[in-house]
Amino acid sequence: MIEIKNVYKSFNSKKVLNGVTLSIKKGETKVIIGRSGCGKSVLLKHIMGILHPESGVVSVEGKGIEQMTTKELNSLRMRMAMVFQGGALFDSLTVGENVGFALYEYSKLSHQEIDERVEEALCNVELCGIHKLMPSELSGGMKKRVAIARALCVKPEVILYDEPTTGVDPITAGSINELIRHLHDKFKVTSIVVTHDMKSAYHIADKIAMLYQGKIIAEGSSQEIQETDHPVVYQFINGVAHGPITETIDKFI
Amino acid sequence: MINLIRGVGAKIVYYIDYVGAIGKLFFRTLYWMCIPPFKRERIFLQARVIGIDSLPIVSLVAFFIGVILALQTAYQMQKLSSEIYIANIVALSIVRELGPVITSLIVAGRCGAAVTAELGTMKVTEQIDALETMATSPVKYLVVPRFLAFTFMLPVLTLYANIIGILGGYLICVYRLGIRSNMYLNMTFDSLKIKDLATGLIKTLVFGILIAMVGCLEGMRTEGGAEGVGKATTISVVTSFILIIAADCVFTAIFYFIFP
Ligand SMILES: Nc1ncnc2c1ncn2[C@@H]1O[C@H](COP(=O)(O)OP(=O)(O)OP(=O)(O)O)[C@@H](O)[C@H]1O
Ligand SMILES: [Mg+2]
Repeated sequence: MIEIKNVYKSFNSKKVLNGVTLSIKKGETKVIIGRSGCGKSVLLKHIMGILHPESGVVSVEGKGIEQMTTKELNSLRMRMAMVFQGGALFDSLTVGENVGFALYEYSKLSHQEIDERVEEALCNVELCGIHKLMPSELSGGMKKRVAIARALCVKPEVILYDEPTTGVDPITAGSINELIRHLHDKFKVTSIVVTHDMKSAYHIADKIAMLYQGKIIAEGSSQEIQETDHPVVYQFINGVAHGPITETIDKFI
Repeated sequence: MINLIRGVGAKIVYYIDYVGAIGKLFFRTLYWMCIPPFKRERIFLQARVIGIDSLPIVSLVAFFIGVILALQTAYQMQKLSSEIYIANIVALSIVRELGPVITSLIVAGRCGAAVTAELGTMKVTEQIDALETMATSPVKYLVVPRFLAFTFMLPVLTLYANIIGILGGYLICVYRLGIRSNMYLNMTFDSLKIKDLATGLIKTLVFGILIAMVGCLEGMRTEGGAEGVGKATTISVVTSFILIIAADCVFTAIFYFIFP
């Protein structure tokens, strides 16, 4: 459904994406792992069309995002949602207005129906009844969960999660994982999840892909990744301090 | 020498770029202004922040400007013993020049800066990206209401500042300098023509557009965290001040030569 082909992107001559190729099938949960700063968030932003590749194509359902008109892009974005790493809640709006933002803006539902949808989405992330608070009154983990609720509220076909479980307690992390699985099993939602949390990755993933030095270096099911003999992947998933990833750093020390 | 030329060249390119960016944002704003849905509450909210909340400071400054102007003019006019012309001079200076410019500078410092800081913070915390992912144009959602609010509220505020300024001059002249009240008012209204008022207000329309565009542009292209927001805000205020003064100079020249 989503095809990323040979995408290159650099910021101020620093190469971040260096020929990424990845495809995500409809209804699949793809987990992207990789070290901090390797460009995972940048990759997600390319899929949403917020950042534009220097070369290469990102296409959704066979159509390149760069070639789409504003109208086509917007109707595509109505069917996709992204959970930002820092939440990116609008801090001038209440939690309820944040969660229901897209519905209040575009849908023809009545206010009462939207309020119900908002409450339902908030309850999904175990935050029933907080719609009147402002984002500044929330804790970091609550913000993250509200951001997830905001993505769920429009009932999208594709959800991109940028580290949904970092910064929340283990129990909530577990329930977020459950939620992602549930959406996958029941509603056939296509999910792309960026995470460092290997436990949750194994739990939710259909396929795991590892981003390293601007490229996808390995891709496979949880099983295959766990049994990998690729030294870089091995070091990453097992969190070994010394190995090929840190070798370049070791040289400096 | 070569470095100097290079530096100047880079500056020129930067300014041409800047004008291009402002122009582009301006046309995008006009475009999105015409695309439904129209949410009036957002415009009213901004109009309140920019217009009504600025009233106290605008009143204060305009009043003092009126007082100062009356006293300074009196100092000169007493030498010529033609105090009755104070009214003319105060009214004309305020309506043609000081009212529009001072009000614009206040609004640029107070609200232009606030707009840049707000949009800049939204940019660095990815809220503007989030808007885009929800199929909402940041220009439509953020820039259009502010643009309309600045453009319409600035003339209104200026009109108000004119009245308060003239009132300040009136109080000084009538209660301190002993000019008769109806004499002062007659002189004021005789000297003011529609032309004077109109040129003053047309200017503020343009100043309003300038403040809104610079404020929003600087906000939307903020980079680099809290420090970036601070820098963007400074640049926004400085740029608006310069543009307001420069535009004022151009307008004054145009009005002087075209409608003498
Ligand atoms: N707007 C930007 N301007 C300049 N450089 C950027 C920008 N966005 C990202 N980068 C650079 O791109 C690199 C990748 O950033 P990215 O946010 O994608 O990392 P990440 O893989 O998501 O890391 P983390 O796991 O810590 O979130 C970083 O080195 C960063 O410096
Ligand atoms: Mg990231």
